[in-house]
Amino acid sequence: MIRIENIKKSFNGKEVLKGISGTFEKGKPNLIIGASGTGKSVLLKCIVGLIQPDDGFVYYGTTEFSLAPRNDKTEIRRQIGMLFQGGALFDSKTVEQNVMFPLDILTDMQPAEKLDRVNFCLERVGLAGQNGKLPSEISGGMQKRVGIARAIVNSSKYLFCDEPNSGLDPLTSIKIDELIMEITEEYKITTVVVTHDMNSLLGIGENIMFLHEGEKKWEGHKDDIIHSNVKEFEDFVFASKVMQKLK
Amino acid sequence: METLGKYFIFLGKLFVNTENFKTYFKLTMDECVNIGINSIFLVSLVSFFMGAVTTIQTAYNLISPLIPNYVISLVVRDMTILELAPTIIGVIYAGKVGSSMSSGLGTMRISEQIDALEVMGINSTSYLVLPKILGSLITYPVLVILSGLLNIVGGYLAGTLTGEITPFEYIYGIRYEFNDYTVTFALIKSFVFAFLVSSISSFKGYYTTGGALEVGKASTAAVTQSVIAILLADYLLAQLLL
Repeated sequence: MIRIENIKKSFNGKEVLKGISGTFEKGKPNLIIGASGTGKSVLLKCIVGLIQPDDGFVYYGTTEFSLAPRNDKTEIRRQIGMLFQGGALFDSKTVEQNVMFPLDILTDMQPAEKLDRVNFCLERVGLAGQNGKLPSEISGGMQKRVGIARAIVNSSKYLFCDEPNSGLDPLTSIKIDELIMEITEEYKITTVVVTHDMNSLLGIGENIMFLHEGEKKWEGHKDDIIHSNVKEFEDFVFASKVMQKLK
Repeated sequence: METLGKYFIFLGKLFVNTENFKTYFKLTMDECVNIGINSIFLVSLVSFFMGAVTTIQTAYNLISPLIPNYVISLVVRDMTILELAPTIIGVIYAGKVGSSMSSGLGTMRISEQIDALEVMGINSTSYLVLPKILGSLITYPVLVILSGLLNIVGGYLAGTLTGEITPFEYIYGIRYEFNDYTVTFALIKSFVFAFLVSSISSFKGYYTTGGALEVGKASTAAVTQSVIAILLADYLLAQLLL
């Protein structure tokens, strides 16, 4: 479980996060949603430690991340897997080398053992047999899958996904969402997904946090959306005519 | 001053939370190939012609019955060892290797590959930059030695084939009152320049923000600042060590 308390962050005097608190539970996908520029990605980067918050606390279990000694911080980071918006695969490495990378650096596993683990993860994300391809030789959806395989290869306890559906067609997006959901439930990991995709919201929104202009405006389950009674949230969710009809 | 402070903090980060020796050894060897082996052709070509032109121009300026011909190769030797091989090749090295380091790291930064390393708990500064600096410190002095040799060979061929100097005079001038400290001085300069080019270029690339345009700008800034640093260090080392 991850708990955040009163996270604040400003850039050049502009307050991007205005004291966000919340809990991300284990074994189900936790969604951070909101329109572009509301601070979702900044909040995610504050949680994983890529950005230092101006104020507030991030707890991984019972350990406060920003105040933890360097070794503890490194230990927590080594339990984190992250899927970046653009995949962030290493261009010069093959699919296999990309997925194997955390094992090469962070473990003492034997080469055969590492290869077995990589093949298992690639099979799990539906990319068996793609080992020798370079990131430039595979589609955007496949790159996201490789990113997920790399994120879980080291048996991560925490999975963070920054806009996992961006740039993907609706069908591939749904498949990526399902994969995230399955992996989260199967390995009982704490998953945090930043998105503004409505399919994701309605498909895997077990625990949703809605941000608007740097503030948390609503929190709940996807089934509670219809009863939210928060104007900004309703404006966001029911922006399209299709969603209005559904409502 | 703020940038200078950031640069020193960046250098400090190279030595904390490092990975194991085996990882760095492999990465450093890869960098030696990228930096050193891939620069041999350009360095050889430039050095050979630099030696040839230096000989011809020195001969042109020293036409006097009072000055013996071997002075031509003596001048070529001292210019080569003291300045042309370490410094001019340093400027070329900054253009070729420095821009490549900066744009490589800049692209990694904007495509979130550096963030991916950080999230995994890997010190990205140390993992990405330390091998580049070590590779540079290993290969650049070798390139300088190669450059010095090819300068002198280029000068020999140009001087003797055009009849400006006889082979005997050229060799005599090369060996005349040779002070081996000049070679030590050239090697000291090569280590300093290798460090400056690799660290400044990596620094500019590592802290790139924005998109493709900024990667290009960082690369240009890396070359410009590396060249300025080389020239300043060249002057300081000459004042201190000669």
